Amino acid sequence: MEDTIIRFENVSKQYRLGMIGGTTLREELQRFGARLRHQEDPTAKIGQSLYTEGLKSGDTFWALRDIDLEIARGETLGIIGRNGAGKSTLLKLLCRITAPTTGTISYNGRIASMLEVGTGFHGELTGRENIYLNGAILGMSRAETDAKIDDIIEFSECGAFIDTPVKRYSSGMYVKLAFSVAAFLDAEIMIMDEVLAVGDAAFQQKCLRRMKDLAGQEHRTVLYVSHILPTVSELCSRCIVLDRGRVTYDGATQDAIDYYLEHELAGRTFIDYTDLSRPVNYLRRPVRLLRAELTDRDSSVFYDSEPLLLRMDIRFQEDCDGASFRLEIRTAEGRPVATSPLEGFLSGRAGEEKTILLRYDIPGLVPGRYETKFTFYYRREDDSTDNLECVDGIAFEKKLLRERQLRWDTGHWGNIRLDAPKLLELGPAKN
Amino acid sequence: MKFETVITAEKSGRIDIRELLRYKDLIWLFVKRDFVVRYKQTILGPLWAIIQPLLTTIVFNLLFGNLARLTTADSAAAEGAFIPGFLFYLSGTICWSYFSQTVTGTANTFINNHRILGKVYFPRLVMPVSGSISNMISFGIRFAMFLCVWAYFVLVKGSGIHLSAYAALLPLLLLQLMLMSMGFGLIIASVTIKYRDMMHLMEFGMQLWHYGTPVAYGLSLIPARYMGLYMLNPVTMVIVTFRYAFFGSGYFNAGYYALSWAVTLAALALGLSLFKRVERTFMDTI
Repeated sequence: MEDTIIRFENVSKQYRLGMIGGTTLREELQRFGARLRHQEDPTAKIGQSLYTEGLKSGDTFWALRDIDLEIARGETLGIIGRNGAGKSTLLKLLCRITAPTTGTISYNGRIASMLEVGTGFHGELTGRENIYLNGAILGMSRAETDAKIDDIIEFSECGAFIDTPVKRYSSGMYVKLAFSVAAFLDAEIMIMDEVLAVGDAAFQQKCLRRMKDLAGQEHRTVLYVSHILPTVSELCSRCIVLDRGRVTYDGATQDAIDYYLEHELAGRTFIDYTDLSRPVNYLRRPVRLLRAELTDRDSSVFYDSEPLLLRMDIRFQEDCDGASFRLEIRTAEGRPVATSPLEGFLSGRAGEEKTILLRYDIPGLVPGRYETKFTFYYRREDDSTDNLECVDGIAFEKKLLRERQLRWDTGHWGNIRLDAPKLLELGPAKN
Repeated sequence: MKFETVITAEKSGRIDIRELLRYKDLIWLFVKRDFVVRYKQTILGPLWAIIQPLLTTIVFNLLFGNLARLTTADSAAAEGAFIPGFLFYLSGTICWSYFSQTVTGTANTFINNHRILGKVYFPRLVMPVSGSISNMISFGIRFAMFLCVWAYFVLVKGSGIHLSAYAALLPLLLLQLMLMSMGFGLIIASVTIKYRDMMHLMEFGMQLWHYGTPVAYGLSLIPARYMGLYMLNPVTMVIVTFRYAFFGSGYFNAGYYALSWAVTLAALALGLSLFKRVERTFMDTI
């Protein structure tokens, strides 16, 4: 490719699972002791990602695997993928926040990253002071910021408050100011990680236009990561799909989005938990989940009022009397939606294995992508819960077959559509 | 195809001073931010910089001077010279507080700033460098106060103290203080990333270190046969020479002064190389 501005060659990034989070000398010794006795690492933590299941601590986990990528000057590249697919890691490597485990990344010019707005803003400083500070953090000299400051203030729409400490700003103003600094930086490469998710719609449009102009007229290169697919297709000319650390699709944006919706969202219907490492306080509890499956389907998409059939294989590690199970449903962003407990149904002897089949009717759930958590627990004397096993469950998607439907505003209305009320009376006013 | 920036998996041990200089504006802005933020919304403002050592000095004067009656002489020869206790404790305290603040601040660099360090790249050394500079400004304020008190004792009280030729070493002493604070701070910062235990150890360690430095007592308290060991602490020579410079009598030994520089540079070199090793990937573990 001629005029390549960024090149990834054979880039991989490996995380060691037990290392995520700090360690103390004591943990190190525990780990060493456990290794001597060939036991499970007591300090192991479960990674955030869906893809770390089956890994033990000390095991390594590839956040990115053999990435080869060339990006040309003036290109706007979208990066999409599920949570934990490696999108942020890719940008972090490029921004030099952490170093790759293998491979080489080369680029020309400066990088302006907007990984999170307001990074480096200090509440006590005024908007103007923060512009200089943020500019310097992004690599601008004082003179460069001086030359741009009027444009920045104007674009940010914060002119009236520019000499007020930013701790008095609303979060919207905060975002606007932060974006404006980055957007006016003379960097050849601009990186945005979901910054547009915040701020009002009009400002989002303005930002997208600005990024487009920068790419089109000034030949800047833009890398954009987002879950909001419409903004990706609006801004980007090319798009890659990441899955489990690998590039699974690279091409025109619309094709990439189609591919993503088809392949990635369909998701898995089966998870094997046998080798999953649990946090230390779950190691010796009576119930252990071995496998879970959404039965009689090959994709995790549910239409209309289809029931969700969940089959689980469990093993009792100790004698168990009257354990309960609950299914927690969350949005893809992790916001709790609803929980369905089934109480006191589970008993068995140590070593015994059982299969459970549950049927959930979820007609009220509005369309969208959902994640789940599977939790086994005891109900204590005081009616609080004592968790025995708690794992990330199978993600699923709810769709409606009807073509036209009320456009649901989940941000304000939530994710459950309650049954319509019974209309008891509707007539002329009587008073 | 040639690229300006190449990121590889290999660690390079080189400190890129040129890159650091390119970010001098950022260093300056961080210094300014530290200063503004530290005193904003306080009634007394920068006065706090001098109140703290002033109170410490008063307490030391009472405790070690009037009650414990520890010597304030740095050498047997200086035993006869009268040094106002207040001035003695003040001089040690302002030097020590720069050292302990900078070591602690540098040691906590990664932990206190992990949010910003996790989002954007700039040479990581910018943080400790700007921290030690902004502490130097606080030191400047304290030093000005010290000079006032000193002038009072010299001019008004007519104490027998006077400036000595060692005052010419002052810039060198401050530079040394800065370098050693950063050196030790960087060592602790690098180790803390892996072992948080170091943070607790450091609090306690700095207190012990304080006792191992002639801040609250004169150097002549130390028996001659332990002197070599004692002088491994590089802060000692800085404080003792500082006192000699302003009191006109005291202790100076070129050999020990050279030793303190050797320890300073060794700490700095070790600190920088450890820092270099962890800075590329510390975000994975913090």
